[in-house]
Amino acid sequence: MERLHSPAELEAFRKAVLTDRAPDQPCITLCAGSACHACGCNDVAEAVRVELAKQGLADRVHLRLTGCHGFCERGPILVIQPESVCYFQLTAADVPEIIEKTVKAGERVERLLYVDPDSGDPLAREDEIPFYKHQQRIVFGSNGSIDPKSIEDYVAIGGYSALAKALSEMTPEQVLDEVKRANLRGRGGGGFPAGIKWEGTRNAPDPVKYVVVNADEGDPGAYMDRSLLEGNPHAVLEGLILGAYAVGAHEGYVYVRQEYPLAVENVTLAIQKAEELGLLGDDILGSGFSFRVKVHRGAGAFVCGESTALMTALEGRVGEPRPKYIRSNVRGLWNRPTVLNNVETWANVPLIIQNGADWFTRIGTETSSGTKIFSIVGKITNTGLVEVPMGMPLRDIVYKIGGGIPGGKRLKAVQTGGPSGGCLPEHMLDLPVGFDELTQAGSMMGSGGMIVMDEDTCMVDVARYFIEFLTDESCGKCVPCREGLRQMLAILTRICRGEGRDGDLEILEDLSVVAKEAALCGLGKSAPNPFLSTLRYFRDEYEAHIREKRCPALSCKDLIAFHIDPDRCRACGRCRRKCPAEAISGAKNVIHQIDQDLCTKCGTCLEVCPERFGAVRKISGEPVPPPLPEDQRTVRARG
Amino acid sequence: MSEVRLQIDGQEVAAPEGATVLEAAQGAGIPIPTLCHHEKLEPFGSCRLCTVEVERGGRKQHVVSCVYPVAEGLTVRTRTPEIERIRRVILELYLAHAPEAPRLKALAEEYGADKDRFGKESSFCIHCGLCVRYCAEVKKKHAVGFINRGTKKEIAFVPDIAARECWKCKECFPLCPTSWLQAAYVLVEGILFPREEQQA
Amino acid sequence: MDIARVDQIIDRYGADESYLIQVLLDIQTENNWLPHEALERVAERLRVPLSRILHIATFYKAFSTVPKGRHRIHVCMGTACHVRGAQRVLDAVQEATGIKPGETDLELKFSLETVNCLGCCALGPVMEIDGKTYGKMTPAETAEALRNHD
Ligand SMILES: Cc1cc2nc3c(=O)[nH]c(=O)nc-3n(C[C@H](O)[C@H](O)[C@H](O)COP(=O)(O)O)c2cc1C
Ligand code: SF4
Ligand code: SF4
Ligand code: SF4
Ligand code: FES
Ligand code: FES
Ligand code: FES
Repeated sequence: MERLHSPAELEAFRKAVLTDRAPDQPCITLCAGSACHACGCNDVAEAVRVELAKQGLADRVHLRLTGCHGFCERGPILVIQPESVCYFQLTAADVPEIIEKTVKAGERVERLLYVDPDSGDPLAREDEIPFYKHQQRIVFGSNGSIDPKSIEDYVAIGGYSALAKALSEMTPEQVLDEVKRANLRGRGGGGFPAGIKWEGTRNAPDPVKYVVVNADEGDPGAYMDRSLLEGNPHAVLEGLILGAYAVGAHEGYVYVRQEYPLAVENVTLAIQKAEELGLLGDDILGSGFSFRVKVHRGAGAFVCGESTALMTALEGRVGEPRPKYIRSNVRGLWNRPTVLNNVETWANVPLIIQNGADWFTRIGTETSSGTKIFSIVGKITNTGLVEVPMGMPLRDIVYKIGGGIPGGKRLKAVQTGGPSGGCLPEHMLDLPVGFDELTQAGSMMGSGGMIVMDEDTCMVDVARYFIEFLTDESCGKCVPCREGLRQMLAILTRICRGEGRDGDLEILEDLSVVAKEAALCGLGKSAPNPFLSTLRYFRDEYEAHIREKRCPALSCKDLIAFHIDPDRCRACGRCRRKCPAEAISGAKNVIHQIDQDLCTKCGTCLEVCPERFGAVRKISGEPVPPPLPEDQRTVRARG
Repeated sequence: MSEVRLQIDGQEVAAPEGATVLEAAQGAGIPIPTLCHHEKLEPFGSCRLCTVEVERGGRKQHVVSCVYPVAEGLTVRTRTPEIERIRRVILELYLAHAPEAPRLKALAEEYGADKDRFGKESSFCIHCGLCVRYCAEVKKKHAVGFINRGTKKEIAFVPDIAARECWKCKECFPLCPTSWLQAAYVLVEGILFPREEQQA
Repeated sequence: MDIARVDQIIDRYGADESYLIQVLLDIQTENNWLPHEALERVAERLRVPLSRILHIATFYKAFSTVPKGRHRIHVCMGTACHVRGAQRVLDAVQEATGIKPGETDLELKFSLETVNCLGCCALGPVMEIDGKTYGKMTPAETAEALRNHD
């Protein structure tokens, strides 16, 4: 590739790329994100290639493998441009029909279209489907239309024009000022204003400064940073270069967890391509500004997402947070001023520079401008990644976009903010999602994890789950976290086992206060949140566990039992055949029974018992009815 | 170096710029309990026992005094009910590991910590890091280090280095607030000596 | 592991201590675990105390200081999978293999690890065997999937 020496040359390059691509030439985009990959998108891609070749269309129809489109629930997803007809949940066998009908004849394949759950109508285009319709995808939208391995694709959609604009028309101060005015708040944790952080670095006297991308994404159950970095690495890179220009850094790092090999691969490739084009390296676009980026793979430790631990890890050490009381934007990596921002924060920067701070602040709310990407998962119909303007009520995200709770169950809580966040109960669903709103409600924005829980989710177990996660991930340096969490976990585990005691909640509250006030880093300080927020909104569940040894959600294994209702069992034998513990006795016409001593409470029998019988029940807090005497076990004809 | 004036527990105190609140308090004869602090070593900030409250511009905050730098006009309180509670719970957590360690017992007495509040843990080590840091920073031998993380974190000798260096040193022994180090050492001795004899 | 190979990996980066974790990751990827001689060599070449390398090798989840089994099982314990019953899947794996997370069986057949979010929450609960993803798992299907490996 030719190196570009000026913004004009970048424009010429863009024109050349666009001319090469006739806009009305059909293009098949296929999601190759993690979830679609697991659902076999590779086979679909291969089938498309074979079919296009067979039909002699190989050079008239383009196939593009993209990053995650967001609607992972319905993968593999195939979109045919320019009409944007979407097909969901494909298999390789569907491909010939799609090519035949849609690509060649412009018709639709009805059976593969999304069906509107309310009206029952088939919907063909992305912008008609409720999941997409209610979103505002300014950051994430490009994911579905570019091949992350192609810098041409990014340039074709206007990529690197913000950089060209900044380098040729703006001073570093102006770039900084624009980001400050946009009130871009950090998307990875506390929501700290990026512009103010950058200013501290810019004003620090040390001439050597660094900029860093935090792609450690440790929140278990969230994958928006991964999908951005996998699907649109150049956007993150462009933001990083702009940040470096604004603060005067000449070296940058992308800290990305090695569990994300595709993200590592794509961002490494993106850096290489950008260097070849002269968008990175010396004298970028002839501006005299030089900047280089290295990729550093994180070796797997949640605490390394914390800013000082991340910097320690970048230096090649054990990722323990530093005890310093000096901000890392003034003394960070190798004690130099360092700007650390989250993947999504960086990806917003080119948009702000391109469209201006005023455009950005018009989106969202007064104190939280722009959009936020959430990973909406758990007990939700449309699992996926959604980008919405800040301030959208939780209810709209869950119901309008997420499609509500599957299986006719009731929503119990929405957990946001990852392990440092909290659970919001049903009655708070009208809360607008914004940094300050969530914090006030006892949760937080965090990096955008949003876990939907229904009536089957035990809130005590959720608290136990997060504390267990954090106990495992604590670096172990300071005592309120290492020892405090160890004890909290022991107590919560006991409660879930039905061995809770009076006074347990008071000890837990004591330990929470001490962790909050005295732990060294954010992990320990926020670790009690999942406990405190569930206690605040679901105290009755704690009390049921402790006092009545009952799990109201019928979820804690030690507090539940499976029982076959003799009046409903029709002796079909399915449960007996499927029970992995061979705990079920019965035969043809003999009412089935579970031997409680053998049962491992796996729940298989409940799942396989035919719905029309519904004979298997989960019970908690009451004794299991005694087994029937042998002579009463014959199934009677129903009268 | 210029002097900084601050207030600790109502008392006017002067300290050199760059000093920590702990040093300033010690200079003024105001006691603050510590476990992981050692004047020859870099501040570590792990035991959190030296937590105090600082107030600056009307904003109150709990910080560890062995790391927090003094600043002009800073107000420090070393004993408030919240601080007492933090120290008491921290000591209770420690006593689950080393209920008989004399220093912990004395502190427990002072703060009313109950040594039986939490179930007993098997390891005596409270991860103050004194042995590890002393060996690395003062002796520069790196014979003992930490392994693992979180609740699984422990100290471990690097056998080859320990066999070579520790016999003639043993300076980290008396630093240990719980005396676990000695036990570990004896253990290593037991493992290493026979092997060395065989080789000899 | 061949010491010359360790040297080659170090030379890819240069003998600078800031590359320590990258070097260890490459050794781990290539060899599946970190043998003691390799760590000693890295300590010597990068001039980093061995005690620090041992801490790193046991601190980060990616590293193992013991050999791993032929088949690597990863059960996702991320929040999305947790609320959809990941524990039941993990229980089923433990029952079938007799090992706990972090362990390898004596025949070196399976190594079991828990991970946090594989990015396929839509398919939760999710498990991976040798990099192949198995979605929407039930305990019965889990046992079945494991039976197909030897
Ligand atoms: C324990 C812990 C883990 C964190 N993990 C992440 C993470 O995985 N990704 C991230 O961007 N920020 C994480 N953060 C927040 C970072 O410390 C930091 O605030 C953030 O990266 C700054 O970028 P932002 O201002 O753009 O959000 C974590 C914080 C803590 C305390
Ligand atoms: S709070 Fe936890 S993770 Fe943070 S430094 Fe202390 S022990 Fe380590
Ligand atoms: S819960 Fe599982 S182990 Fe118990 S009886 Fe049902 S199928 Fe068998
Ligand atoms: S062995 Fe003793 S000196 Fe060493 S870290 Fe543990 S408690 Fe501290
Ligand atoms: S991975 Fe395909 S839509 Fe998310
Ligand atoms: S003495 Fe300050 S934290 Fe231990
Ligand atoms: S939580 Fe299991 S794949 Fe996301």
